[in-house]
Amino acid sequence: MGNRFKNAGHLVRVALLFAAGCVIFVVARGLFVPKTFGQYGHYRAAALDDIAARTPRFAGREVCETCHSEVADLKKTGAHAKVGCEACHGPLAKHAEDPASLVPKLPDTKVLCVECHEANSAKPVKFPQVVAKDHAGDTACNECHKPHKPGLNGDSK
Amino acid sequence: MQIPGVQGFMYPNEAELQWSVLIVLYPFITGLVAGAFILASLERVFRVEEVKPTYRLALLTALAFLLVAPLPLQLHLGHPERSYEMYLTPHTSSAMAMFGFVYLWYLMVVLLLEIWLDYRKEIVLLSRSSTGFMKLVYRALTLGSQNISEGALAVDERVGYIITIIGIPSAFLLHGYVGFIFGSVKANPWWSSPVMPIVFIFSAMVSGIAAVMLIYMFTAKMRDAKINMPCVDTIARYLFYTFIIDFSLEMLDLLHRIYEADESFKSLDFMVHTKLFLSHIVLQLLIGTLAPLTILGIMQVVQFAEKRRVQLYSIAGLLTMIGIFSMRWNVVIGGQIFSKSFLGYTTYRMGIFDKEGLLPAVILMILPFGILAVLVKLLPPWKTMPRVPAPSLPK
Amino acid sequence: MNSTRREFLTKTTEYILLTGAATVAWEYVLAGKAEASPNYKTTDHWWGMIIDVEKCIGCGNCVRACSVENDVPEGYFRTWVERYFVPDVWDEQEVNPIVDSPDGAINGFPDVKRDRPGKSFFVPKLCNHCADSPCVQVCPVGATFVSPDGVVLVDDTYCLGCRYCVQACPYGCRFINPKTNTANKCTLCYHRITKGLTTACCEACPTAARQLGDLKNPKDPIHEFLRTHNVQVLKPHMATGSKTFYNGLDGSVR
Repeated sequence: MGNRFKNAGHLVRVALLFAAGCVIFVVARGLFVPKTFGQYGHYRAAALDDIAARTPRFAGREVCETCHSEVADLKKTGAHAKVGCEACHGPLAKHAEDPASLVPKLPDTKVLCVECHEANSAKPVKFPQVVAKDHAGDTACNECHKPHKPGLNGDSK
Repeated sequence: MQIPGVQGFMYPNEAELQWSVLIVLYPFITGLVAGAFILASLERVFRVEEVKPTYRLALLTALAFLLVAPLPLQLHLGHPERSYEMYLTPHTSSAMAMFGFVYLWYLMVVLLLEIWLDYRKEIVLLSRSSTGFMKLVYRALTLGSQNISEGALAVDERVGYIITIIGIPSAFLLHGYVGFIFGSVKANPWWSSPVMPIVFIFSAMVSGIAAVMLIYMFTAKMRDAKINMPCVDTIARYLFYTFIIDFSLEMLDLLHRIYEADESFKSLDFMVHTKLFLSHIVLQLLIGTLAPLTILGIMQVVQFAEKRRVQLYSIAGLLTMIGIFSMRWNVVIGGQIFSKSFLGYTTYRMGIFDKEGLLPAVILMILPFGILAVLVKLLPPWKTMPRVPAPSLPK
Repeated sequence: MNSTRREFLTKTTEYILLTGAATVAWEYVLAGKAEASPNYKTTDHWWGMIIDVEKCIGCGNCVRACSVENDVPEGYFRTWVERYFVPDVWDEQEVNPIVDSPDGAINGFPDVKRDRPGKSFFVPKLCNHCADSPCVQVCPVGATFVSPDGVVLVDDTYCLGCRYCVQACPYGCRFINPKTNTANKCTLCYHRITKGLTTACCEACPTAARQLGDLKNPKDPIHEFLRTHNVQVLKPHMATGSKTFYNGLDGSVR
């Protein structure tokens, strides 16, 4: 029995080496795995906060309405009621945070309006669309249509 | 505005390939490892005495390639410095993560241990007879034990036998897992298949056996030693049988696809006949499979002279390697050049000098042979040391 | 007081009050990290999205807004719009739809004259935020995950850039950010929805073709919508548990 063990001594050394490796592994785990890992699932829970901490660039129409209530009220009565403010005016969170820091430039209607309203065979047929060249020539859209209530006939939209 | 290289429609993020030639290399290299090991186990476990001359060479080949295997992965990763995360927080549902442990298990417990046990007597002897730096190396390798008594060596033999037995399913697991990494991706119909791990295993065996056969014949020629023909004939026979099985499996997959013709079939069929024509039809099928199978098949019934046999085995072996590499290429690259909308295709542009280009790929393919050369010097797999006899001095 | 002075005082007071109101409103909006904010509990929400194909006009405003809101690198897309042209079928031969998405539709779609009769429509695409996400399943380290409120996110500090998730997504919504070398995709504007805002793409959409929905909120309009419309998810046979519901989705959509 003793003889057998003596002849397997080298294998014991291998086993010890392996055990040492396991210990190093466990220690590494304790040191390097992020603290919040596993809190909600197999991921670093603190990542949720990291991702949520980004500053929005678009303020959202509710914020615009707190100051620009007349425009908002007018828009609610027209065809553009569902169109968000920043859909046309661009990202304005900076302006909402500090109005003086970023004074938005009025969009050029000749460029802006056709993004939606230029006629396209793939657009839903009921959606108002025109071939801008034929419809208005060189005239800017807002010469006839008020963007916040674009309809033309009296109390129409 | 057509993106250059794209024909038809692809989802906008699909035009750029995600996995490059390095990811083609990776299954190729691990396949060689598994295949070489299976060849070694033929002797150890299945008592196929004829292939004994290649036993140690096969093990060292497997080790050389296994050491290089992680390198293409490291080069490919966006953040290789974070790769330890796969060991510390492996996601158990991810085949890639679990493969890290399969690799580690195979390297340490199977390959290193088996090589160590088989070479232990030589290591101890060399630790006594060598000098200088090499003496330190050999002494470290003995792990402090100088016991090479009959009893100890018998223990080694027994344990080594058990390890080889464990090693066979481990080798299957090693490369089967790589197949599963692809085969389990339901989003990709070119990859998603239950037969993928099996095809990978058998093509791995084919490439590994062919590689050892080629290396054995080449090193024998280099050492001016006689090639053991019964050995090589037996290896070639096993190569032939394994190749038949591999080919049958791939044909089964193909026939099944053609017959069922699911939503992806037309798109994939078109891809194989156009974008993959060279790599799939010509390189993989004709040159890489049918040609070597024909050569080996004829050699089973027609007896050639020894020199001719060596030549034919070499050709067949080289064509096999080309064929198996092409298979990896067609799986990895082929799986990414068609759109998941089945309406378009893109092109793989392989750079030459960039991180994942042709040059690193070539270097990574040559590197294992360099490592093997070192291993062969350190742990000679043949009985006599290759030495040109010194001219006799005048008395 | 003469009128100009009164005007000046009125305008100034208005200005100060409105600035104050705006700043307060904005601070309220900014109030918060996901868990730290007392207003937002992840367990109260289960986010999804409704896409109404019948309403989409292919203007590309959503793509532009997302790009600005999230600093999306050029040439890559967290969201995009596809245009389908489905030719009329006259004989038995199956005909594929003709699909295009010029630059992800970031500049809309130039009109195309078709040489045969058929129907056309636009389909916005984005990450489907799958409940049984195949991309999460394959991530080797846990860098991508489904948050407790149902959003599939990527931890940029943990991602290895192995690209397995990009391969595993059936919808093609993932890419590797060339600057960070990590996986990137639509986050459902997590930084906005946790502050009570809607996503940038929904905010920018002029026709309400895209609507964020909170499936866990009984008062959310998504429930009424799902009850009254025939909705589908993309690639239902993959059983991804997609939470992006399409109304009016034609069978030809890939």
